[in-house]
Amino acid sequence: MALTGATAMAQPRAGQVFTPKHITIPQSARIQPAQLAAMIRSGHAPTILQVGFTTLYEEAHIPGAIHAGPAISGAGLALLRKTAEHLDRHKLLVIYCGCCPWPKCPNIRPAFEALRKMGFTNVKAVYIRDNFGTDWIQHGYPTVKGA
Amino acid sequence: MMTRRSFVRVWPPRRHAVAALCGVVLAAVVLGTGAVMPAQAQEQGHSLVGRPAPAFVLKDFQQKTLRLSQYRGKVVLLNFWASWCAPCQAEMPTFAQWQSQYHGKVQVIGVNMDDEMPKAQAVARKLKVNYPLVIGTAHLGELYGGIYGLPVSFVIDAQGRVRGEYQGGNHVEQIHAEIEHLLAHSSR
Repeated sequence: MALTGATAMAQPRAGQVFTPKHITIPQSARIQPAQLAAMIRSGHAPTILQVGFTTLYEEAHIPGAIHAGPAISGAGLALLRKTAEHLDRHKLLVIYCGCCPWPKCPNIRPAFEALRKMGFTNVKAVYIRDNFGTDWIQHGYPTVKGA
Repeated sequence: MMTRRSFVRVWPPRRHAVAALCGVVLAAVVLGTGAVMPAQAQEQGHSLVGRPAPAFVLKDFQQKTLRLSQYRGKVVLLNFWASWCAPCQAEMPTFAQWQSQYHGKVQVIGVNMDDEMPKAQAVARKLKVNYPLVIGTAHLGELYGGIYGLPVSFVIDAQGRVRGEYQGGNHVEQIHAEIEHLLAHSSR
């Protein structure tokens, strides 16, 4: 991956908690859980990638979401790129994690940036304020248990 | 003994609640072998407070077998964490302090939810964790009501019942208070 200037991302060292604060996801690139849930229920679900951790995905995930993470790790980013490789670069692509409160999520921003660098022009991140349980499951939004 | 509830997680929303369970079966998950023993059924997402803590058998970071049941008679703090979780790392030194401070009356167990062990091991060394760390699984998370964000901690009394359930990393004082309460009751 070509790394440029201010958006270059160092790989985290072992034991380092990586919070790429220099990568921001603007409001225009966020989608609220309620909006996505409505799209799913109306039969207009976009392609959805869960870019967080395997155990969290296996416990529960959004229907149709493909596990493509964790984006904090090199292996996870590689999986993300491989998963997204053949996707339409201009169609809506939704990513989410939900492991932690939004400002602390180690996966969502690296995933967003990686997809932008692959040429995706319509990536939206699900704004999960606290965690997937609180902000998605507890609201009764569509959920699938298990991998 | 009165059940003290601290930050009780309740999910899914009540309109999705299913009628109460009509029977239970004990479960353990053996990491590595995939063997599953009869399970203690839990309605996913409902609070465990007041209920027996789901049993488990897992491997720790040194590949030794650890059973929750081996700590019966002690107050157990069961903490789900991961190396990438900053709030987790913030509270773990306090848990390590308690592990020493209570001279065997309290047992902390860390359940790691990382995808990759090396990072978890490195963090454990950095934080000088002095309590057992086991490798968590999605199934264990489901048994404990769904671990959809970290950290999550459970305080389990000496009889094996969940007395407190804490989502997020800002409950150290509440957890400590619950532990102190349980120890005070058990000494009477």
